[in-house]
Amino acid sequence: METLEQIKVRIEKAMPQTKIDILPNECPAGDRSLVVDTASGFAVAKFLRDDAQLKLDYCSNVTGIDWPQATIKTKVKKKVVVEGVEKEVEETIETLRSGHLEVVYHLYSMELKHGPVVLRMRTENRADKTTLPSLTPLWRGAELQEREVFDLYGVVFEGHPDLRRILMWDEFVGFPMRRDYVCPDDFEYEPTPHDKVLEQARKHYPVEVKPAVAEVKP
Amino acid sequence: MLGEQIIKGMAVTAKNFFGSYVSKDRLTTVQYPEERLPQKGNTRQFPMLVFDGDPEKGLRCVACTICEKECPPQCIFIVKSKDKKPDYKGQPQLYPAVFDIDVSVCMSCSICVEVCPFESIKMNTEFELSEPDRFEGFLLHKEDLAKSNEYYSKLHPDDARDSDAVLTAEKAKAEAKAKAAVEAKLAADAKAKAAAANPAPVATPIPAKATAPAAPAATPNPPPPAAK
Amino acid sequence: MSAATMPPPSFQVKPKLDAQGEPLGELLEISMGPHHPSTHGVFRMDVVLDGEEVVKLKPVFGYLHRNHEKIAEGISYLSTMPYTDRLDYFCSMTNNWAYALTIEKLAGLPVPERAEYIRVIMAELTRLQNHTCLIGFFVQDMGALGTPMMYAFREREKILDLFESVSGARMMCNYMRFGGVRVDVNDTWLAQAHKVTNEYAKFLDEFEEFLTANEILLARSQFVGVIPKDLAISAAITGPMLRASGVNYDLRKVDKYGIYSRFDFKVPLGEHGDIYDRYMVRVLEMRESLKILQQALRDIPAGPVMDPKAKLRGFRPKPGEVYGRIEGPKGELGFYVISDGSPNPYRYRIRPPSFINLTVLEDMCLGHKISDAVVILGSVDIVLGEVDR
Repeated sequence: METLEQIKVRIEKAMPQTKIDILPNECPAGDRSLVVDTASGFAVAKFLRDDAQLKLDYCSNVTGIDWPQATIKTKVKKKVVVEGVEKEVEETIETLRSGHLEVVYHLYSMELKHGPVVLRMRTENRADKTTLPSLTPLWRGAELQEREVFDLYGVVFEGHPDLRRILMWDEFVGFPMRRDYVCPDDFEYEPTPHDKVLEQARKHYPVEVKPAVAEVKP
Repeated sequence: MLGEQIIKGMAVTAKNFFGSYVSKDRLTTVQYPEERLPQKGNTRQFPMLVFDGDPEKGLRCVACTICEKECPPQCIFIVKSKDKKPDYKGQPQLYPAVFDIDVSVCMSCSICVEVCPFESIKMNTEFELSEPDRFEGFLLHKEDLAKSNEYYSKLHPDDARDSDAVLTAEKAKAEAKAKAAVEAKLAADAKAKAAAANPAPVATPIPAKATAPAAPAATPNPPPPAAK
Repeated sequence: MSAATMPPPSFQVKPKLDAQGEPLGELLEISMGPHHPSTHGVFRMDVVLDGEEVVKLKPVFGYLHRNHEKIAEGISYLSTMPYTDRLDYFCSMTNNWAYALTIEKLAGLPVPERAEYIRVIMAELTRLQNHTCLIGFFVQDMGALGTPMMYAFREREKILDLFESVSGARMMCNYMRFGGVRVDVNDTWLAQAHKVTNEYAKFLDEFEEFLTANEILLARSQFVGVIPKDLAISAAITGPMLRASGVNYDLRKVDKYGIYSRFDFKVPLGEHGDIYDRYMVRVLEMRESLKILQQALRDIPAGPVMDPKAKLRGFRPKPGEVYGRIEGPKGELGFYVISDGSPNPYRYRIRPPSFINLTVLEDMCLGHKISDAVVILGSVDIVLGEVDR
């Protein structure tokens, strides 16, 4: 199978308006991925599926990832002149990563038996602009998985034939897999309450709840 | 003939049914609880704490809380003691004042056994633990969990032998180290006394010898960090 | 988009009309499940029937959702291993292997030879007992009232005895570790495994004599629940269901993970993609598994089973992401793990084969009777622990 750079060149030639990047991956056996903007996501996916050299007809896995807003500190070595002597100094650059949700598609080919090509699409933010194009019209296998990403993360897929909750019940409010999801306060009695459960126990039982500590033996 | 294969299938069923009166292979049902299958050697049910000799003083656990941290469903609850008691090597160690395991939460994965560095928590094979009380009945305390080394050897003889071998090796190492330390100290004391008893010969050829004892006496201090 | 890729427009269903344009009776809406003996777990199907014929079918699940993926984000990598046992609770060894393979890819850990052979032996034993069990359930769904199922379970117990003597538990084995397996197998175990493998062929012969040409089974399963080839590929079906539709895609031959390239075995393929083909593909796969087992038990070398430098506690892989997959008995089981250098994973995702194989349940059942819908569900081979995670 050709490398990601070659695929990127061919996609840019076929569809000039796409903004496509290759994301590095530092782990030894991992694959790098193609990041595509939402406007051209569907067209790029269609190209990947129908292209004669790639024929990626099998969408194996659709994953949702939550990247909350965070500052990323990267250490960079810079050459600085200090008192006439050039020294190498390590500086910490802080970049603000705005919160967004991400959907990752792992594409393989059953006909040509190669793969994977990893395709990623990112939403604009985590609050209101969480729409992405659905790839279910291209790969039927993405149907239930995109429903799961909608259910657990809140990404709305445009063009999905039946977008509703799948694992949680229909009247559920909230998106459980997000990093900032707070479980509802349904405290159940536990005989060994400690740490967070002890705090919850104290809130529910106004009488002082003794944690399970016996007398310390001499 | 239509139905021929169905009749053949019924012949297989008949072979199995009547065969169960004749051969042991076909009669595989064990009438529990009147009969019980013998348990396999490695069966793991719920954890237990091993002690050597006395359930209080011989408890191997030193409340390092590694098992509490590694337990996947977080069912272990440990409170360290405030004082220390001597362990099998003779060194004073902490011990758990409270060691609770909630067996209604425990999933018998034995990760606590794998990560314990002191051979103190092992897997028991008792599973008939039904209790009328759902909460307090399934909370096992230190007294319920403590089982003797003899009981452990009966359950898992190979593992108990390996455990004992590890502990004896550790003890032997600790004793050898202690002995070497004591001998080094005695030698250093003797040499210092000899140097103090002969002050005059310091100016003569003996200085080579007089300065030499100073070196061993000084060894406990700076050279080791430099060697590291 | 072709007709093969989009689901049929089945939200608004209307009853058939007679010659005058009047509706021929009413449609009946039934909810099959979640408490139902034939649905293989807590699984619900909302079925709309026209007489006895299925007009619309929507599967509903989530009753066993334990949010395993979020639990894994809060505990360390090693502590997630017992939870993977409980995903597809019949095949805990292969679940463990998939996870161990993924983390070994992530951190670049080598696996000793003997451990690889042991993993193959365990995986093929798992495949044997899973397919045996499944055929038992499948025939019971057709109304065989439990006799073949009990024979299947009797043989399965022999394999579970093997698992218990090596890992300590019959089903929740928690046996694979990153960089090898937890404990070594001794010669007694290997001899017993040899015995079980040799006796299994005789059991399979008896089982096949019992079932394969049985007229009732043939009448109820041939040309029922057909999936055409292009729909199967597009719907990401994997495992015996895919191979029954004629697509030659078996990860043991495509990815060649572990040491599968050393073994000589064939991949059975079906022709029509109906339920009978799926049953036959599973029976033939069991025979191929026996071949692999005999080769592995013969060739297993001596040596360590775990890398001596591998760390149990304090395992922190470098940041990166990886997708590792194996051919489980039900299909492609994949794990997608993103690590950010901390002792817990940042994102841990399971690609469940049973969940994705359910995409085409409606397509298979339309036009058939409600009793066929039960058997079709049985042939998909779902385990709710994996569907809902």
